[in-house]
Amino acid sequence: MIRRLLKNCHYFIYHVLSVKFFKILHYLCAPNTFGYYMSQKVLLNAKEVNIILHRLACQLIEKHTDFSNTVLIGLQPRGKYLADRIAKLLREDYKVKNVQLGHLDITFYRDDFRRGEKPLEANTTQIDFLVEDKNIVFIDDVLYTGRSIRAALTAIQSFGRPNEIELLTLIDRRFSRHLPIQPDYRGRQVDVINNEKVIVHWKENENEDVVYLIEK
Amino acid sequence: MSELSVNHLLGIKYLNKEDVRLIFETADHFKEVINRPIKKVPSLRDITIANLFFENSTRTKLSFELAEKRLSADVINFSSAQSSVKKGETLIDTVNNILSMKVDMVVMRHPNPGAGVFLSKHVKARIINAGDGAHEHPTQALLDSYSIRERLGEVKGKKVVIVGDILHSRVALSNIFALQLQGAEVMVCGPKTLIPKYINELGVKVETNLRKALNWCDVANMLRIQNERMDISYFPSTREYTQQFGVNKALLDSLDKEITIMHPGPINRGVEITSDVADSKQAIILDQVQNGVAIRMAVIYLLASKIKQ
Repeated sequence: MIRRLLKNCHYFIYHVLSVKFFKILHYLCAPNTFGYYMSQKVLLNAKEVNIILHRLACQLIEKHTDFSNTVLIGLQPRGKYLADRIAKLLREDYKVKNVQLGHLDITFYRDDFRRGEKPLEANTTQIDFLVEDKNIVFIDDVLYTGRSIRAALTAIQSFGRPNEIELLTLIDRRFSRHLPIQPDYRGRQVDVINNEKVIVHWKENENEDVVYLIEK
Repeated sequence: MSELSVNHLLGIKYLNKEDVRLIFETADHFKEVINRPIKKVPSLRDITIANLFFENSTRTKLSFELAEKRLSADVINFSSAQSSVKKGETLIDTVNNILSMKVDMVVMRHPNPGAGVFLSKHVKARIINAGDGAHEHPTQALLDSYSIRERLGEVKGKKVVIVGDILHSRVALSNIFALQLQGAEVMVCGPKTLIPKYINELGVKVETNLRKALNWCDVANMLRIQNERMDISYFPSTREYTQQFGVNKALLDSLDKEITIMHPGPINRGVEITSDVADSKQAIILDQVQNGVAIRMAVIYLLASKIKQ
């Protein structure tokens, strides 16, 4: 009995405490500790992102079955990576044949033109198919105020009149909406205060799949 | 994204390489926009633009107006023929009267060189020069370079000859600045009387033999003879000019390579360029017109983004 207890203690000391110790050490050594820079916290790691992507892909298949009348549209700039990844999963892992993927840039439809310090940077729009009467799934990484989605709803009208538009986001920031817009498929819902920022890193661009919560 | 280094587009000589790159990249996006089923974006819905044309224009005026409307700006048009300019009003007074109606941007064509620069010093609106006398026509030069970039991949290292009435041409001067800025080699070709005396100081080659010029170049930009600006006779007859400096299919076919033919319009068919050349695959004249709208949308968008609320 005592031996068993000691063994458990041993496990506790060597595994739990050491992990905590290294985490604390890592925190103290990080350049942004002590308020010099912003602090950051991992919301989702690569494994969690992967599980969520698979779930989202399955939810899409559940609703759209063979995608014969459905198109995926990644919103530029950051939604592009998520859309590419979901499309790849659908094609390769779930063997869906008719996945049509486009990228939509909303720069010229935004409502904050001339209101910010930084000029708005345009990105490429690539929609090589007709959206008339199609079921569209907008894909973006983080849903915050909903203004980008509002712009995307206007922008997509330039390509025709879709039958239905849905929204898929990896991160849904609760309680921060400026407009009555909600996702149909969400990866993870998070409560984030206004001076914090959610940043999604993708393997294709930043060499890792991870979602950070960053204090500005 | 960087922004334009200038607040007005008065001439190519005020721009730097980065500005031209930014305008071209923005124009790429607008070119995609104007090929959509609905060709309009709402970016400039709270901007009013006045098109002041103190000199005749068809293409440039239409192109600017279309660009403005496709950006959702409110547009007012003015041409000197039906205005109080004829009653003796000064340029600043005319423009200030228009600006008091809350206009944010002015697109101006004027017969006097430097009119745009003058206006930019005296009024608050952003000025876009749509041609000032024989001085500059920056948007035309930008769309010409953009069309070369589209056809040949890049402008850098390309050889461009500008043929015709260099002396009276604002297109020639702006093109020389724009092409040199992007690293192209420029040659001018025409009758000696129509080539400015000190053109060498701009670092361009001069050639009076059209065949030699065409054999040297990758792109030939054919200019119109500007009879309306000529107070004396610069060459014996139009027929003789055509024989010496007109491009025809037989001449193009006899060259060692296939060159690209450009023309800023309006074309005088059978004078500087024959119909079979103007309508051939080598000519990118209509591409230039289409690119003109995209380039003007880009310029207006980038200048408007500098107007803070």
